[in-house]
Amino acid sequence: MTGNAPLLEVRHLRVEFPSRRGTLLALDDISFSIAPGEVLGVVGESGAGKSLTGSAIIGLLDPPGRIAGGEIVLAGQRIDNLPYEQMRAIRGRRIGAIFQDPLTSLNPLYTIGRQLVQTIRTHLPLSQDQARARAVKLLQETGIPAAEQRLDQYPHQFSGGMRQRVVIALALAAEPQLIVADEPTTALDVSIQAQIISLLRRLCKEHGTAVMLVTHDMGVIAETCDRVAVMYAGRIVEVGPVADVIHRPSHPYTVGLMGSIPAMDEDRERLLQIDGAMPRLNAIPSGCAFNPRCAQVLERCRSERPDLIDAGPTRAACWLVAGGQRRAA
Amino acid sequence: MSTPLVEVKDLAKTFDVSAPWLNRVVEGKSRQFVHAVDGVSFAIQRGKTLALVGESGCGKSTVARLLVGLYKPTRGSVQFDGKDTHSAADRTQLRLMRRRMQMIFQDPYASLNPRWKVRDIVGEPLTEHGLVSDADELRNRVAALLLSVGLAAADVDKFPHQFSGGQRQRISIARALATQPEFLVCDEPTSALDVSVQAQVLNIMKDLQRQRGLTYLFISHNLAVVRHVADQVGVMYLGRLVELADKAELFSRPRHPYTRMLLDAIPDIHMSGRARTPVQGEVPNPLNPPSGCAFHPRCPHADARCSQERPALTAVAGISVACHAVAQGRI
Amino acid sequence: MNPTAGTLRRFLDGDVWHSFRSTPVAVAAAVVAVVLAFCALFAGWVAPHNPFDLATLELSDARLPPAWIAEGSSKYLLGTDDQGRDILSALMYGARISLLVGVLSVLLSVVAGVGLGLLSGFAGGKTDAFIMRVCDVMLSFPSILIALLIDGVGRAMFPNAHDTLAFAVLVFAIALPGWVQYARTVRGSTLVERNKEYVQAARVTGVSSLRIMRRHVLPNVLGPVLVLATIQVATAILTEATLSFLGVGVPPTQPSLGTLIRVGNDFLFSGEWWITIFPGLMLVLIALSVNLLGDWLRDALNPRLR
Repeated sequence: MTGNAPLLEVRHLRVEFPSRRGTLLALDDISFSIAPGEVLGVVGESGAGKSLTGSAIIGLLDPPGRIAGGEIVLAGQRIDNLPYEQMRAIRGRRIGAIFQDPLTSLNPLYTIGRQLVQTIRTHLPLSQDQARARAVKLLQETGIPAAEQRLDQYPHQFSGGMRQRVVIALALAAEPQLIVADEPTTALDVSIQAQIISLLRRLCKEHGTAVMLVTHDMGVIAETCDRVAVMYAGRIVEVGPVADVIHRPSHPYTVGLMGSIPAMDEDRERLLQIDGAMPRLNAIPSGCAFNPRCAQVLERCRSERPDLIDAGPTRAACWLVAGGQRRAA
Repeated sequence: MSTPLVEVKDLAKTFDVSAPWLNRVVEGKSRQFVHAVDGVSFAIQRGKTLALVGESGCGKSTVARLLVGLYKPTRGSVQFDGKDTHSAADRTQLRLMRRRMQMIFQDPYASLNPRWKVRDIVGEPLTEHGLVSDADELRNRVAALLLSVGLAAADVDKFPHQFSGGQRQRISIARALATQPEFLVCDEPTSALDVSVQAQVLNIMKDLQRQRGLTYLFISHNLAVVRHVADQVGVMYLGRLVELADKAELFSRPRHPYTRMLLDAIPDIHMSGRARTPVQGEVPNPLNPPSGCAFHPRCPHADARCSQERPALTAVAGISVACHAVAQGRI
Repeated sequence: MNPTAGTLRRFLDGDVWHSFRSTPVAVAAAVVAVVLAFCALFAGWVAPHNPFDLATLELSDARLPPAWIAEGSSKYLLGTDDQGRDILSALMYGARISLLVGVLSVLLSVVAGVGLGLLSGFAGGKTDAFIMRVCDVMLSFPSILIALLIDGVGRAMFPNAHDTLAFAVLVFAIALPGWVQYARTVRGSTLVERNKEYVQAARVTGVSSLRIMRRHVLPNVLGPVLVLATIQVATAILTEATLSFLGVGVPPTQPSLGTLIRVGNDFLFSGEWWITIFPGLMLVLIALSVNLLGDWLRDALNPRLR
């Protein structure tokens, strides 16, 4: 996996929202890459910009939001500046999408068989019967019993977890190289969540599909991802292999985040809390966006914004790391 | 052991979800009922926290609302400090009891009236129960309440939309504390909040409990949060209580098969890599619950008796479990 | 800080005012509406003549065309009718009646409709079912017919009625079919708000249902009502004009725009077009400006479009 050219490369992406009160910069110079077949988690709290990143990659930014700078490169081809028709061809065929709410991801007026077949035939040169056979196979792979009969049922006849499986089947229908999944399990019950994330992981390994998993739930990330990027106020503050980011974080925000999650295996009197709140888009501090809340803030942090710097197993956007002093996690 | 502050006996609530009369006649449908809560019993000691956990449709939110009087029980009783809450002798008694219990809700955006200022929102319980005599006293009391939850006194004149989700939840807590209640029912108070904000709110709640000797009923679907706040934990499934135990006991030695599956299924950042048995199936339709034990279609240990006879909540070695297999010693 | 200043500052800073300033149509419509309302309210001072003071009328000036046409005179800018009344002044006085009837009937509709809608949404059960069936029945009658019916019955019952009574009957007749849409809208909003947690929190505290309805729910359901009311003022004015045109509207001693149109209709084919056209244009102007304002208000208050 390493050593191959990356499947997706995002370079210095900027997304802004012009509004009557001035232009809001929602994503500020973010860069990352995903290798073929890799599962990258993008985690952050509300307002950090993780969903926006997913939308920008799929090309479904809600106007007036728009890409103001940087590039998105998929398998060597730039996709951020494509006209609508070309992007539509790529969406579905090479990038699949899974959204949060299975209720609204499927058209309630059509049978799921029709939606699956339509998606397959849009992107692959198959006949009606071949597409249908493929649809049945996909449903079976996602663990839906009696797939042949259920193909002719409507979305409302499926439960929430089943619907999300259908959505996963739809996303995989055209054999995409990358799937962008935005909070795919947040609306589901806990026990179903576990089923869905293990399904997603297994299928993507089998099909060799890379996944960009956007979520606020670190537990899901821990179970599913190879690498994770932590976002804060529209920037990436730390990125690295999952185990290292969770157990040996370098950035003070990541440390605070991991510490504030209650653990299942130990008792603590108080949870670690980071005072204050994530800054609003129109009030992002200069320098490092986290500096007002950081317990170890340096003078430099208030004026200069750090890039992602090597901090051992992970890379963190933090001046503390630059000096060679690694934080004791 | 002293009298528990809250005691619930065989509490049940059934909702009539039948189609309108005309539709029933024309389509020949029968009446339909949902047994949202089907015979729940527990007790909470003063100063302690009981957590109710379960997935959607298990009835935990309905139990919360039954306790504070938003619903009337179909069956069973709720006793607060020894007195029944739904057959109080007269209105004044009922109102006095109401002052001693309050509720915090899940959605920080819908729990505050968007057109009211914080001063009126937090002050409403005070004015409703005649606990303040004039506007100045109201203002001072509200400011003190806001300070106790970590907000500023100047926030009294602001509107809810000027606050973040975590701050709104604190305003809800301040409102709940206005009448100096002894018992707080918290319905998923941190589920809609970010993790770091959740940590702030949970810390405040624990601090307040310690300072004021509050008793909590904490509803949640997040077992990690429950582990952090609870003294006792009750697990609910389809309106029934399947296990009730002290926190340490429940998490180290879960007895009921559903509890075990639940604990196994949760993705946890510290315990990943552990071999898991994923849960089979999904929560059944509450309109058509399985016969006997509600969990038997998904249970790896179910036998013939489980599909016919509903297990009662029995005490086994200091904890309560509703499971034939456990009672028989099979698991 | 004094509270009114604070509210004014918040309003001027807010999205609604900004939307208003940046929508030329809304500004134009508002200007027109304000000018018309001003003329109508202060007709006694603004109008060049008093067309209903019989002593000032000169029959010799009857049927003069507007000032810019050959035989017209600058004394009567828009011409005169068959009795020498100045059309311009008659327009202003007529507009006053029209606006008065329109606004009053809408006020009546709103109060009744919002009250019943709140009750219906909050009480539920049989009360709700009953009120909604009444709404359905009312909606199956055309509103003009209802107004005609009530007005006709009123006149038959009180043939020599005092002007004010006739006026009141007219306002009631126009208001009666109108309350239904407010009731339905408010009922829908009430059903939504009733289940929100802030209402439940008030119930847990022990606040009575009546107080919850009045202090918590009512302020939150009034938005759509405002939009509907604005648009309905135009409809009410047109309804009144129609009724007056048909001869069953306002008493003839105080002609509204509709009466003027009817009077002028008789002279249309003899070439004296100005007697009927100008009142008609005035009516259109009022209705249009109020409608446009209502349209803008609906878009401005819609959170999704912002």
